[in-house]
Amino acid sequence: MLQCVSPNQETLNIQKMFAALLLNRASQAKHLFVNFIPSLLAIAGFFLFCGLVLQIRGQDPLEFYRIILVSGFASLDEFGYVLFNATPLIFTGLAVAIGYKSGLFNIGCEGQLYIAAFAAAWIGIHLNLPPFLLIPFCIGGAMIAGAGWGAIPGLLKARYGAHEVINTIMMNFIAYAFMNYLVTSVYQEPGQMIPQTQQIHEAARLPRLASLLPVLPQSNPLNVSFLLACGCAICCYVFLTYTRWGYELRLVGNARDAAAYGGINPGTVTIWVMALSGAVAGLAGVAEVMGYRHRFLDNFSSGWGFIGIAVALLGKNNPFGILAAAILFGTLNKVALDIDILLGVPRGLFLAGQGILIIWLVSIEGISRIFNYSQGVKRDD
Amino acid sequence: MIPSTLRMATPLGYAALGGIYSERAGVINLALEGMMLIGAFGYVVGTQTSGSVWIGLLVGVGFGLALALLHAVATITFQAEQIVTGVGINILALGITEYLLPTTEQVGGLPHWKVPFIGSYSFVVYLLPVLMVMSHILLFKTPWGLRLRAAGESTEALAALSLSRTKWQYIGVMLSGILAGTGGCFLASEVHYFTKGMTAGRGYLALAAIIFGNWCPLSGIAACFLFGFATALELANRWNIPEQLLNSLPYILTMIVLAGLVGTSRPPASLGKMQS
Repeated sequence: MLQCVSPNQETLNIQKMFAALLLNRASQAKHLFVNFIPSLLAIAGFFLFCGLVLQIRGQDPLEFYRIILVSGFASLDEFGYVLFNATPLIFTGLAVAIGYKSGLFNIGCEGQLYIAAFAAAWIGIHLNLPPFLLIPFCIGGAMIAGAGWGAIPGLLKARYGAHEVINTIMMNFIAYAFMNYLVTSVYQEPGQMIPQTQQIHEAARLPRLASLLPVLPQSNPLNVSFLLACGCAICCYVFLTYTRWGYELRLVGNARDAAAYGGINPGTVTIWVMALSGAVAGLAGVAEVMGYRHRFLDNFSSGWGFIGIAVALLGKNNPFGILAAAILFGTLNKVALDIDILLGVPRGLFLAGQGILIIWLVSIEGISRIFNYSQGVKRDD
Repeated sequence: MIPSTLRMATPLGYAALGGIYSERAGVINLALEGMMLIGAFGYVVGTQTSGSVWIGLLVGVGFGLALALLHAVATITFQAEQIVTGVGINILALGITEYLLPTTEQVGGLPHWKVPFIGSYSFVVYLLPVLMVMSHILLFKTPWGLRLRAAGESTEALAALSLSRTKWQYIGVMLSGILAGTGGCFLASEVHYFTKGMTAGRGYLALAAIIFGNWCPLSGIAACFLFGFATALELANRWNIPEQLLNSLPYILTMIVLAGLVGTSRPPASLGKMQS
């Protein structure tokens, strides 16, 4: 696709890029650190705020802080739960970031992960194959389903200029309705009132890490899908940074006209980026169906697709940043559950905190800009 | 059929009307869902603590306005990404209302008016067509509306008249908070209590209605009635159509309209664009 740019030119550019990277490494590390300060401040502020709310409501904030410190990291078992909570968020965070790098907002992760989860469950129920065939089949099928669901808004954007945000939102609701129909009318587990399918074959289940690592108790739900998520983050990093497709994707995001001038068809890129984003989001459904529940349950996701936006924001759209951010959100969810059980504080407090965190993270640049202007300092980027 | 259509369409209509003001001023408002939810919450809490539905209504609208102010400060003053801010506000509203979940004690509804040949409905229902026509006149026939629309269409024109885009965008977003909050109050007043996440995607459906109605009050609210009718059909369900199909019909129709396959849908030119 890059016929217009001669190969020499391309290598030259890459060499320049590397040189810049090497020269600026120290300043870049500093830049990254400075970038993360507002996020860290936000999290610290959030915990202070929670303590204040509890104080006002007449509960002991110190007990709350003790639970926070203990609940996520006291034992390997607890940390296993944190990583288990983080797994779907890694996938949805990566999915949002892939779209974002190309200037696309994928708000449809929720719908894509449902469709993919159902595809994984369907294959896991209806095919009877040995594990080394069935597991790749299920994962592949789920990714294709997620990609298909994601590609439709991409296609509509590329072909008709319809905004992908609206279409992904609409397709979330269509996916909810479609899944609800399938799971209550066609594939409901016989003799059950719960809207869920029957269990998938033993061969389609991803093993729990507890069976591989004896240090984890058998009850811990952490499973191979977490390793899949880490692998996916590495693949995304390599893909975005070192491949021609990753370059095309970022170029369309940063300079659409330049990309078109350079022989890249932005429309085509839009379609496959949305498909790729949908496929990665779909893996969150795989983690749920094949790793944990072993069946498709209606409405299983607790807003993972939307929290994925926060994860991508906090991780600065960098795959490794997303990994860290997802683990942080996994900790928050674990803490939220623990304070709900131990202190009787509803989980809504943490949900509200996540909402505030999102708004803070998107506003911070504007806030610092206004602050810098008033100080007469020019922002150096 | 007609009563349930009206009951479904009214909260949508208020939210959609609010969204039209915001989007005509150039600010994407995904936060309608959260504003409705917190409006419903405010109505129930206000009525429970004061005993008066009027104070409840005021509190609900006030809460909607507060969220709108947050959206406005973040997106207009701090130039935050409008879509992400909207999603953040929805999560915030869901969290706050879940944390401070009011008791299940029933609250009174807003007063119903008996009108011959139509029936007895909440006064909010009768107010909607009035507001709809008023908004149409306000937006398209007055200098006030022209300026508000200029904030969403042509920033240059506003600048040439040395008018502040910020001010008009604030007005648009605040109006959306008031109207979406009212929609939420109506929702809670009809069922007499608050449940977790009770708006159930109505804010997003209102967003679909705005697009379907091409960002105009008259056709936007007509779209709300169409969507309300689809929901009423789903409740009546005499023809054995899967309810989920009727349920997703508004979304499918909106996608078709947005793609320009049927009719045209043209958003305000500077919708979602940041100030330079």
